[in-house]
Amino acid sequence: MEKIICACGHENPFGTKLCEKCGRPLTEEVKNQKVLDMRYDGIAIRSKTRNKSIVDKIWNFFSSVKVGVSLIFINLVAASIGTIFPQEFYVNVATEAEREIYYEETYGSLGKLYYTLGLSDVYSSWWFQILVGLLGISIIIASLDRGIPLHRSLKNQRVKRHESFMKRQRVVAEGPVTAGDSAKTLDLVEEQMKKLKYNVRREGNAILAERGRFARYGPYINHVGLIVFLLGVMLRLLPGFYVDESMWVREGDIRTIPGMDGYFIENEKFILELHDNEKTEAQIQQGVNAVAKNYQTNVKLYKQPDDALPGQTDNLELVKEYSIRVNHPLKHEGYSLYQMDFRLNELKGMNFALTKKETGEELGDVSIDLTNPQKEYVIDDQTKVELLGYYPDFSGFKNGEPQTATSNPNNPAFIFKMTTPEKPDGEVSFVAIKETVEPNGDNVYKMSFKGIETRNMSGLTVHKDRTIPILIVGGIIFMLGVAIGSYWNHRRIWVEQLQDGTIRLAAHTNKNWFSIKKDLTAITEVAHLPQFIDQVEKENNEDGQKEKEGDSTL
Amino acid sequence: MDKKKKRSITRGVILVVLLAAIVYTVYSSATKDKVKLLQVGDKAPDFELVDLYDSNIKHRLSDYEGKGIFLNFWGTWCEPCKKEMPAMSNQYAIYKDQGVEVLAVNIAQTEFEVKNFIEGLGVHFPVAIDETRDVMTEYTIDLLPATILINPEGEVEKIITGEMNEQQIASYMESIKPEQE
Repeated sequence: MEKIICACGHENPFGTKLCEKCGRPLTEEVKNQKVLDMRYDGIAIRSKTRNKSIVDKIWNFFSSVKVGVSLIFINLVAASIGTIFPQEFYVNVATEAEREIYYEETYGSLGKLYYTLGLSDVYSSWWFQILVGLLGISIIIASLDRGIPLHRSLKNQRVKRHESFMKRQRVVAEGPVTAGDSAKTLDLVEEQMKKLKYNVRREGNAILAERGRFARYGPYINHVGLIVFLLGVMLRLLPGFYVDESMWVREGDIRTIPGMDGYFIENEKFILELHDNEKTEAQIQQGVNAVAKNYQTNVKLYKQPDDALPGQTDNLELVKEYSIRVNHPLKHEGYSLYQMDFRLNELKGMNFALTKKETGEELGDVSIDLTNPQKEYVIDDQTKVELLGYYPDFSGFKNGEPQTATSNPNNPAFIFKMTTPEKPDGEVSFVAIKETVEPNGDNVYKMSFKGIETRNMSGLTVHKDRTIPILIVGGIIFMLGVAIGSYWNHRRIWVEQLQDGTIRLAAHTNKNWFSIKKDLTAITEVAHLPQFIDQVEKENNEDGQKEKEGDSTL
Repeated sequence: MDKKKKRSITRGVILVVLLAAIVYTVYSSATKDKVKLLQVGDKAPDFELVDLYDSNIKHRLSDYEGKGIFLNFWGTWCEPCKKEMPAMSNQYAIYKDQGVEVLAVNIAQTEFEVKNFIEGLGVHFPVAIDETRDVMTEYTIDLLPATILINPEGEVEKIITGEMNEQQIASYMESIKPEQE
C-alpha cells in the first residue's frame, strides 16, 4: 500500500489524515474542515490501513469500535435474559436430569428451551463465555490498534506545525504583539507556560507547550484493567486457584476436607443458640418460632504428615482448634471453612433393657453406640446380648433379609440374640422402631427401648480464591484509567513567531476548553499576544447555536 | 515488505494466542467437574488403608506394584455391590495366584456392619474401611459400586461404575493380570 508523502517530505502511512510531522491536512475531507477533527491526532488507525490477508481481515473485524459496541450490547442482552427464570444455582434439585424436568415442569416449553440453550446457567454456558472472550479480544485489539500509533505520534510530535494545521485548530490567534518588544515575546510565553506547569519545547521560533499528555492514555489503562480482570476470572478454571466445595461432618467424626489435600477436620461440637425472647407480634404473624443467635461448630483441623498417603490417618497432626461461626470462617493457608448448614439430633446411640416380658424384670441395660456397634454386650456370666445384624436405615425385608437404604442412622434396626439363664440357647428378635419380629415364635425376653442419644451434624463449605488479588488489581487499574481519562486533560498550545514578528497561536485540548482558555488568557496578558478566538464558538454564535458540551477526543 | 510481513505475523500470533485463551476457557469450564476426576491412563493415586481384620496389615497401593489391582468401592446399603461380591470372591480365588489383588473399600461404615455383611455373604478377599472418606475423595468416587482396575504399572486401566457380572469380572481380572515370566 502506498505511503502518503507530505509536502514537508515526511512519509506517512496510508490512511493518515494529518501529517505526522508537520500537521498538514492530507485528505480532501480534512482539508475542507474548518476546524480539524483531532481524534487520535489524525493518525492512521492501523486496521484501516490495510485489508489484505485473512489475518488482517480478522484483525480489522475486532479492531472496529462498532463491533466492540455490538459485542457489549449482545453480552448485556444475554446476561439479562439469564435473569428471567431462576438460575440453576437457586434450583434445589440434585441431578442434571431433574433440573431439566424442573425447568420444563415449572415454566413449560419455554423453560425447556431456556434450559437447552444454557440460559439457566448463563455464565457457564459455552456461548456466553465465547461472547465474553470475543469482547476481550475486541478490547485488546482495538486498544493496540489505536493506542500504539497514538503513543508513537504523541512521542514524535514536532514543535513546529504547518500553517494549515495551525489555522484549522479550534482556538487560534494571529497578529502582531500588542505591546512591548516582540523579540522577547517567545521568552515570555515560555516562562509563563512553565509557570502554568506546561512542558515547553522550543525549536527556533516555535514553541510547543503541552500539559497532561498522560490523560490520553486513560482509556487504554482502563482497558488493561478490564483485561487483567477477565484474566483473573479465567484463572479460576486453573487447578489450585479456586476451590468451592461443601461437606457434612458429624459430631465426633473426622473427615477429609474436599479440595484441601492432606487436611482433615474433626467436628467436636455443633452449637445452635436461640434468643430466648418472648415472641414478638411480627414473629407470630410470620410464624417464626425462634430467632437464632449463633450457629457454631467447634472444630479441630488436622494435617497429614507430608509424606503420608490418602487413607493414612494414624499420624494426624493437630494444626489448630477453632470455633467456626457465621462470618467467622476457619482460615488456613488461603482456605476458608464456613459454617453453612446444620442438622440436629441425628441418632447416635440407642439404649435398651433386656426385659422379661411377663414380669417386666430388667436383667440389665444395653446401650448401642451406632457409630461403633459391638458384636456382643455382656451383662453377666450367663446373660448376654449378641448383635446379629445392624441396619442403619431399615427399608424393609427382601428375601427375608432386612435391607438398609443408606448408611445414615435414619431408621435403625437390629437383630438381637438374647442369652439368659432361662434361655441359654438364646432367643432371636428383630427390633426396629415401632416394629418387633420374633422369628422363632414367642420369646420370653425382649429388648425394651429405653432412650436415645443424639448428635448434630455441621454443613461446612470449603472456599479458596487465589484470583481475588488479581481481580482487585484489575479493578484498581480500571478505576485509575477512568480517573486519568476523566479528570485530567491533554492541553497543547503551539506558538510561532513569523519572520515579521507576528505571532501565530493555536491551541487544542481533548476536553475542558474552559481551562485551556484560562491558561491562554494568562499568557496573552503576560506576553501581549493577539487575542485568541474560538472558531467553533464563533461559528455557533453565528448560527445562533449553543456550544455542545462534552465533546472529547481519545 | 519485510515490515508488513512482520506485522502480519505479529497480528497472527496475537490472534492465535487470544483465540487459544478463549478455547481453553470454554473447554476447561465445560469439563470443569470432570477435569479433576480420575481418568483412565492416570497414575493411580497411592493410598494406605488398614485391613478390616488385622490392624497390622496395611494395604498400601504402592506395595502391590507389579500386580494387577482390582479396587472396589462399596457400601452395605448398595444392592448391586452386594450382588457382585460373591462373583468377585470366586474370581479372586482363581486370579490370586496369577498376580491379581482385590481390595474392597467400604465407605465409612462401622466395623460391625462391614464384618457382619462380609461374613454374611461368606466372601473372601481383603476388605478395608475408608473411615475419613479420604481415599474415596482422592479417587473421586461418586456412585457405588465403583471399581478401578489398576494395571501392574500402577496406571488406571479402566473405571467401572455399576454392577458387574461374573463374566465381566473375570475378563477385567484377566486384563490386569501381570504377564508371566
